[in-house]
Amino acid sequence: MQISFTLNAKPVTLDVEPATLVTELLREHLNLTGTHIGCDTSQCGACVVHLDGLAVKSCTLLAPALQGKSLVTIEGLQGAPGSNQLHPMQEAFRQHHGLQCGFCTPGMVMSAIALAHAKAALTEAEVRRGLEGNICRCTGYQNIVLAVMAGTAAMHGAGSGE
Amino acid sequence: MRSFAYHQPNAIPEAVSLLAEQPESRPLAGGMTLIPTLKQRLAAPAALVDLAGLPDIKGCSNGNAVVTIGAMTTHAEVASSPLVKSQIPALAALASVIGDPAVRDRGTIGGSVANNDPAADYPAGVLGLGATIVTSAREIAAENFFFGLFETALKPNEIITAIRFPVPLSAGYAKFKAPASRYAVVGVFVAKTATGVRVAVTGAGSGVFRVPQMERALAEAFDPTAIAAIKIDAEGLTSDIHADAGYRAHLVTVMAKRAVATALGAA
Ligand SMILES: Cc1cc2nc3c(=O)[nH]c(=O)nc-3n(C[C@H](O)[C@H](O)[C@H](O)COP(=O)(O)OP(=O)(O)OC[C@H]3O[C@@H](n4cnc5c(N)ncnc54)[C@H](O)[C@@H]3O)c2cc1C
Ligand code: FES
Ligand code: FES
Repeated sequence: MQISFTLNAKPVTLDVEPATLVTELLREHLNLTGTHIGCDTSQCGACVVHLDGLAVKSCTLLAPALQGKSLVTIEGLQGAPGSNQLHPMQEAFRQHHGLQCGFCTPGMVMSAIALAHAKAALTEAEVRRGLEGNICRCTGYQNIVLAVMAGTAAMHGAGSGE
Repeated sequence: MRSFAYHQPNAIPEAVSLLAEQPESRPLAGGMTLIPTLKQRLAAPAALVDLAGLPDIKGCSNGNAVVTIGAMTTHAEVASSPLVKSQIPALAALASVIGDPAVRDRGTIGGSVANNDPAADYPAGVLGLGATIVTSAREIAAENFFFGLFETALKPNEIITAIRFPVPLSAGYAKFKAPASRYAVVGVFVAKTATGVRVAVTGAGSGVFRVPQMERALAEAFDPTAIAAIKIDAEGLTSDIHADAGYRAHLVTVMAKRAVATALGAA
């Protein structure tokens, strides 16, 4: 079947098998390998992307659901529009050492940005609860939480976005 | 995942006839249960009928002391609905503790109720509030809907369109969650209504059930102390890696007391 959607701000039209997961579409067909696959049970959050602004698990989303929607992946993030800068949330992860192996990071960053869009000032407890669907096997979460709080502040202060 | 045909009907009768024409087809809602099942090849339907394009089965409305929630309303939408938060705050609170944010952005009330996972949250709210399940064919009282362990009264080509919740005087939900999935090890929904008290338990057994003994005690005195001494029989309750039957029986009383305390706080 044919689907048309917006991928990282660019319109795309593709022929897909309905039984295609969005993770598979991104990684195997479109060479966007920033979106990771960390589990088979929809629990780890390494695959989180934004579908019409909502954080969703692309490993548990069928390609036909993209029809007419806007999809943003980790590759679609940027600082100032058109620049090569990191998005403020990515920059905060770098500054606060919010990653070790980095496998969980794309999903963490995408979930964190959705959280920051929903609420301008986040408490530590809200950040921890908001990241319940993102598992990290390395960091122990401390620095991720620090990064998300700083990134949220930077997003709302500096006024830049996706 | 095996291949399947995909349909996205835009009217309920069309969805029902698509399901009827192809016996090996299944409705698709948020996909948060169905897609993992397809990935693990625990199910291999010939066709999926995506309910996302159907009009009028999404959103929350009220009238006559009843809150109606469309089947395709997501957990996140119920959790943040000003209407549900003001009329039945315990139901919004229940929706807010399902899974994680990404699960709540896609998963729907209709999918959860149709699936009837023995550890799911919504069945406790639906039975506890004495809700009515509205389908493409009829209306079914919660009492006659849940048959235990993923079984419901739904026919294969029947679609849930909405759930109607009578507004209680007060209500509360408390769950002891499994740390990895956040499903209920035990969850208890307590509702005080004009006609009595209802206590519904999820997670503890093969399906959601009521506890008449607690309902009688709470009807006399709606207070956590009224049920503190009530012990649930562990016979027939679930034992698994999360908890054995004896511990689950103990948790029913603890969670019921917390749910009553929440109901009193929110009243
Ligand atoms: C990581 C994770 C954690 C979770 N944690 C929890 C939790 O803590 N508590 C909890 O309660 N649930 C939890 N869930 C399950 C989640 O709530 C699902 O969203 C829900 O069980 C199914 O809803 P869905 O809309 O995704 O349905 P789908 O997966 O699309 O469908 C589920 C089943 O219902 C059928 N169906 C769907 N909609 C209808 C309809 N309108 N009429 C008739 N049949 C229909 C489908 O054919 C399918 O058989 C979790 C899921 C995941 C992946
Ligand atoms: S890959 Fe683990 S939740 Fe998607
Ligand atoms: S940094 Fe390694 S899994 Fe999170």
